[in-house]
Formats: sequence, structure tokens, C-alpha cells
Amino acid sequence: MCLAVPGQVLSVFEADGARMGKVSFGGVVKDVCLAYLPDISVGDYTIVHVGFALSKIDEATALETLRTFADLGLLDEEFGPPPAPAGAAP
Amino acid sequence: MKYLTEFRDGELARKLVAEIRSAVTRSWAIMEVCGGQTHSIIRNGIDQLLPPEVELVHGPGCPVCVTPVELIDKAHAIAAAPGVIFCSFGDMLRVPGTAGDLFQVKGRGGDVRVVYSPLDAVKLARENPTREVVFFGIGFETTAPANAMAVVQAQRLGLSNFSVLVSHVLVPPAIEAILGSPANRVQAFLAAGHVCCVMGYHQYPALAERFRVPIVVTGFEPLDLLDGIRRAVLQLEAGTATVENAYPRVVTFEGNRPAQAVLADVFEETDRAWRGIGVIPRSGWRLRAAYRAFDAEARFDVSGIRSVEPAACRSGEVLRGTLKPHQCAAFGKECTPRAPLGATMVSSEGACAAYYNYGRLVDLGTGRIGSAGAVACPA
Amino acid sequence: MSGVNPDNWTCPLPLRDYPNVVLGHGGGGKLSAELVEHLFLPAFRNDALAALGDAAIVPPVAGRLALTTDCYVVRPLFFPGGCIGDLAVNGTVNDLAVSGARPLYLTAGFILEEGLPLAALGDIVARMAAAARAAGVAIVTGDTKVVERGHGDGCFVTTAGVGAVPDGLTLGPERARPGDAVVVSGAIGNHGIAIMSVREGLEFETIIASDTAPLNGLVNEMLAACPNVRVMRDPTRGGVAATLNEIAGRSKVGIEIDEACLPIDPQVWAACELLGLDPLMVANEGKLVAVVPPSDADRLVAAMREHPFGARAAVIGTVSDQHAGMVVARTAVGGRRVVTLPVGEQLPRIC
Repeated sequence: MCLAVPGQVLSVFEADGARMGKVSFGGVVKDVCLAYLPDISVGDYTIVHVGFALSKIDEATALETLRTFADLGLLDEEFGPPPAPAGAAP
Repeated sequence: MKYLTEFRDGELARKLVAEIRSAVTRSWAIMEVCGGQTHSIIRNGIDQLLPPEVELVHGPGCPVCVTPVELIDKAHAIAAAPGVIFCSFGDMLRVPGTAGDLFQVKGRGGDVRVVYSPLDAVKLARENPTREVVFFGIGFETTAPANAMAVVQAQRLGLSNFSVLVSHVLVPPAIEAILGSPANRVQAFLAAGHVCCVMGYHQYPALAERFRVPIVVTGFEPLDLLDGIRRAVLQLEAGTATVENAYPRVVTFEGNRPAQAVLADVFEETDRAWRGIGVIPRSGWRLRAAYRAFDAEARFDVSGIRSVEPAACRSGEVLRGTLKPHQCAAFGKECTPRAPLGATMVSSEGACAAYYNYGRLVDLGTGRIGSAGAVACPA
Repeated sequence: MSGVNPDNWTCPLPLRDYPNVVLGHGGGGKLSAELVEHLFLPAFRNDALAALGDAAIVPPVAGRLALTTDCYVVRPLFFPGGCIGDLAVNGTVNDLAVSGARPLYLTAGFILEEGLPLAALGDIVARMAAAARAAGVAIVTGDTKVVERGHGDGCFVTTAGVGAVPDGLTLGPERARPGDAVVVSGAIGNHGIAIMSVREGLEFETIIASDTAPLNGLVNEMLAACPNVRVMRDPTRGGVAATLNEIAGRSKVGIEIDEACLPIDPQVWAACELLGLDPLMVANEGKLVAVVPPSDADRLVAAMREHPFGARAAVIGTVSDQHAGMVVARTAVGGRRVVTLPVGEQLPRIC
């Protein structure tokens, strides 16, 4: 279920009484319904599914998640090599 | 693309895999509920990176796979009716009903159109006031807000020629049904991040506690999936069973409140049949009485359609994780992606299709791709 | 009555000013003749066509003859980067070129739907002529039929092509050998995404244009630099995935590609993410896939990069003696997946 893709809100407008916006997905632009994110504004990133913005992406949290990943295994590196070779497909 | 590229980083993926490898001491079966996650796992080869102890069981979270034959047949009957423009997401076009798929309905003269969004179907209804425009409203909680808004919009615009064939299914009752089954072998769940983005995850702590099973809200990019798996393994090894959010940049505990409000206004809970699995109580949504005018099942007389699923198809057991696709007698014989018995063989994330496509290459015991020469990739 | 000469009689209707195609344009009479005289001849101008015989007669050619034909249907008829006209010329030129043939002559058959604006037909024909000039081929004969409104999609074009294959040159999808390098001539998926961006119900704004282009010039450079090329194919419908699967199947070898090596424009990639498509399965109209012995790969890629249509050429993988008949991709995160043969049309998905 549920292919949803992050995009950046370029503009906000009204159409048929619904809050809409132009959202850029890496340069590809589509009209997206913003009715479910009343607080989202131009410049924000959102997750879009079938033409609807469903959640505002929290940048600070995203960076924190990536930092957590980067810090993984640092302890092992200090005390010696990790027990298994990483990443290699069998 | 921001928020995609960073979460596909090979170096960080190796770190996460190393963590999983060093944490795991015995075999675990983890179900990713969502078909989109299954797709990402296969597409990125994540299953191939995991230690053999970690088995991913592909769950029933693919609306294409679980929409019952009877509803597909009703859709086909409506799509074939004169004057109808039948709109569907691309996913549903190849799903087999009793007599072929929507492509074949189109070939016989039905006006079947692929839309990106349900609002595109509303637009078609406005532009074609003399035609009946029907939208095939399938999906889980992620898609439901879009389909609900299409109905609200149609009502606001006073469109009398628009209706929706609703087949919404819900994740928590499916998880409960799987856990409650005596044959269950799933020990931890990756909850579907985009469903939780709408609904939040306040429904899960009770399930985790009652069935003593870790549930990790998980995203869709390779790093998200590996982190979800890592957290599930850490919990399993530690013997804990709590709910964690591994997709916090998108998912909050409460979910999207405005969307939930519209969902509550438009839909009400109902029992739903899941293809291959059977009826799960209160596992779906249907239109409330106030919106019954937009119900395609009421507008077109399809109540007489009664369909039986192919007896040879055991996709239900596959979707519950109790049967591996290649253990089915019909697998690769009566049932192939070109002539599928069930949707798990047709959908891009269907477990049977995935196994079939790998079958000639994969060691079916381990599910791993055989070795081949390295690729020369000059910078 | 004696004062009336039927030859001088003219119809009061200004026939030539019909703004749209009518059934008479395919009737073989005066309207058909006007179409030929005022539209096709001036655009395609060459001696063989000017003779207007039942068959075009051309001088003998050296080498083996290569013959191909292809039908072109596309909706919409005009799309970012091209139209059905240049597609119909480039597609047939490319089928000849990747067979090792020097493209020489094309034929053009038109099935027009009643009501097609003549201006649109004029535009299509002008672009065909320009594409033929760019590829150095002559459109030497043709035919036009008109079908009733509702029985066609505006315009269908069929082109056939004749080319000459130099002695000693043999290319074929059955010739790949383990160890060979797999090369692609440039960024993939542009044509299919450009078409989707203007398809009803899917529209999105993008700068992506079709990559439709004649590849015979590039192929000349490739064969000059590297006569040992074993396989060349143009990955049109079904994309690179279909082409690689065909080569793997016909050569009874495995193919292993590295996704990190695939040239893909950022917006094509983004559109694929948005619609849930695999860029390997999206159509191309100006790209080719080549298989060469490993020792020739660097020389071949260097030669291709000298040509404008090969500027982003890259080695994307190798041929293997493992998993015969299958294509496997190494993914960005180091996993592996099977690249399957697409079942049919690429559809946007929601899950």
C-alpha cells in the first residue's frame, strides 16, 4: 500500500473551495490537495500520496535520525573491528 | 530528491546491516505489513543483505492483493456498463477477476481510465455531465483520506454523476487477525509508516501488549526499513514487546487529525472480506448513510454478483505468512504472472510474483540470489 | 453546352483550403493528389519520390541489405521534444543502425483519421523531413489512407527502411559472452516520462523532453572505434530492462548491472519515484545498449562520448556465466534484485 513521496510546497492556492498547492518533487511539479495540512506553507516539505499532502516532514527529526545511523558502530570501531563483514551479499 | 536520497545511502545501510548481524542470535520471523514496503525491500534487495536468521514475511498490506474477487467482478460489471467512465489507480488494471482483468473489459469496449488521484475522477465527472463516472476506491488508511475528499468534493459541487466503488481495508484488524490465528508464526511487525502518518499509532500499544509482539512504525526507504528491522530484532533478542516509531520525521502518535475528522464524517466501520483470507470483522470502511448517494454499489445493480475464488489459489495462507509461495501446488504451473490465479501473483509487490520472478535464480530454501561476477563500474 | 470545357471547370469549394482531413484525402482522386503535390513532395523532395511511380527505384547498394518496418502510434501526437513524425523516422533509422546497417531509404505510410487538422499533418510531415535529413536518409515512397472519425487516433505512421550492412559485420542479441561489458549510450527513460507528463489524467510539469534522435552517426563512430561490438539494441518499449532480458535470454547468459552506474536525469528519476515506475522499464527513443568484449569497453565508451548522442555513455554492467537468462541489478544500498521483463504497459501505481 501507499506509495508516498516527499515534495516541497512551491505555492498555495484555492480551487473549488479546497486548499491546493503546487508541489515540486525534485523539479517535477504537480497540483496537490493541501486540505489535510492547514498549517503547511510555502517552502515546507510534505509526504504526498495520490495527490494529497498527508504529513509535514520534520527536518530536525530527519537529521537526527540520519545522525543516529551515522553514529552506529562507532563504539565497535573504537574497540576493534565489528564481528561480521558488513554489507556484503552472500 | 531531499528526504529520499539521504535515506538510500549505501554507507549508512552497511552500518545498519552490521548492527542487525551483530545483534541477531537466533531465527526471527518479522512481517512487514505493507505492500509498499515489500516492494521497496525487493526493489532495493534488502532481503539479500540480511543475515539468514532474519526472515521477512510479506504481509497482507497490498490493497491490490486483498480486494476480493467478488468486488473485482462488480467493478468489471460497472466498467462494462454503457455510458460509464470507470476510473482506477493503475495498480488494479491487471488484477484478475472471474473473467479477465480491466484491460480486457477495456478491450471489449469499456471506458476504463487510469487516474493519479481520485480528484482527477471528480474532474472527469464535471467535464462529462452526461456520463456516469465511477471511481474504484481501493486502499488502506493512507488512501482513504483522498477518496473521502473526492466524495466530499463531489457533494460540494453537486455532482450527481459521480460515485465510488468503496473497498477500504484497515491495518490494525488485519494484524489482530494474523496474531490471533493458531498458525501464526510472525514474531514482530513493521507497521506501515504511511498508514500511521494518517492514523497515528495509538492503536498499537494495546496489540503489542496483548500479543507480546514488538511493533515498529517503519518508513519506506532502505535506511528506514533496515532501521525498522534492526529495532525489531533488538526487541526480539531482548524479549521486549513495545511500540517504537522509526519514522518520526513523518509519523506522529496522533496522526493527521484533520484527515481523521473527514474520514469519520464520510466512512463507518464494516466487516470486510479479504481476498484469500476471508471476512475480518470491522476491518473496513464503507460510506455513511449521508453519502450513500455516491455509493456505486447502490447506484449500479451489482448486488446479484456472487463470485468464488479459484480453489487452487492459496494466497490467503501466503498473505498470513503461513505458506511460502513456492510451496503452493499451483505455483509456476496453473499460476504465473501472465495467467495469475490470485492477486499475489500479479501485483508488483505480491509475494508470489516476487518469488516467481526470483525463482529460477534464488535458492528457495534461503531466498537468496546466487552469486555472479562483480560489476565493473568506472567512475 | 459547347462553351463548357470540363477540364477548366473548377469546383466553387476551395478544396485546398480544407482545414481538416476528410475522407477524400485518402480516396486516390484529386484531394489525394493535392496532398501529395503540396504536402509530401515539397517536404520529402528527392528524385526517387519525384518519379511518383508505383514503386521507388533506387541504385544498387554494396553489402547485404537490411530491411525493417515499424508502426508508430502515440498519444498525444505532439509531445515535449518531438512528435509522431520524427519518432517514425528515427525509430526505423535506429532499427537499421543497431543492426549494423547504414540506413539509406525509408517508406512512409499514413493512416489519417477524418478531422485531423491539415496543419497538424503538415507539421508532422515537416518534422519527418527534417529528421530524415538529419539522419541522411531519403523517404522515397509512401501511401495515405483516411479512416472515419473515431476509427483512428488522429494519425498512425508506418515506416519501412532499407539499409546496407558492410561485409564482415555481424551483430545480434545472441552474441553476448560471459565477461563482456554492457554499455548504454546515455540517460534512460526520458521518452516515456515525457509522454506521461502530457497524458490525460497524469499531467505534471517538467522540463523532461523525449530523447528521440537518429543513432546511425553514433553507431558509425562506435563501429569505427570498436569493430568487435557484439550486440547493439535500441531499448524502446519495455526500456533497458526488456532489452537486457532479451540479450540474456538469446545469448543464454546472465547480465549483472549496477544501478549506481545508470545515467538517469534527476527529473526522470523524480517522476519515476512519483509514479512508482522503474526507470529501467521506461521507454527510450534515442538510446542504445551495446555489449562488447571487456578489453574494448573503455575505447568504445570514449568514442561514444565524442558524439553528441553518446555524451553520457557508460558501462552499466557485465555479462556473467551465472543465472543464465536473467538480469540482476546491484542496488544503491548494496542489495541485489532481479530485473524482470515488463509484462505490459507501464502503469503508475499507488502501492
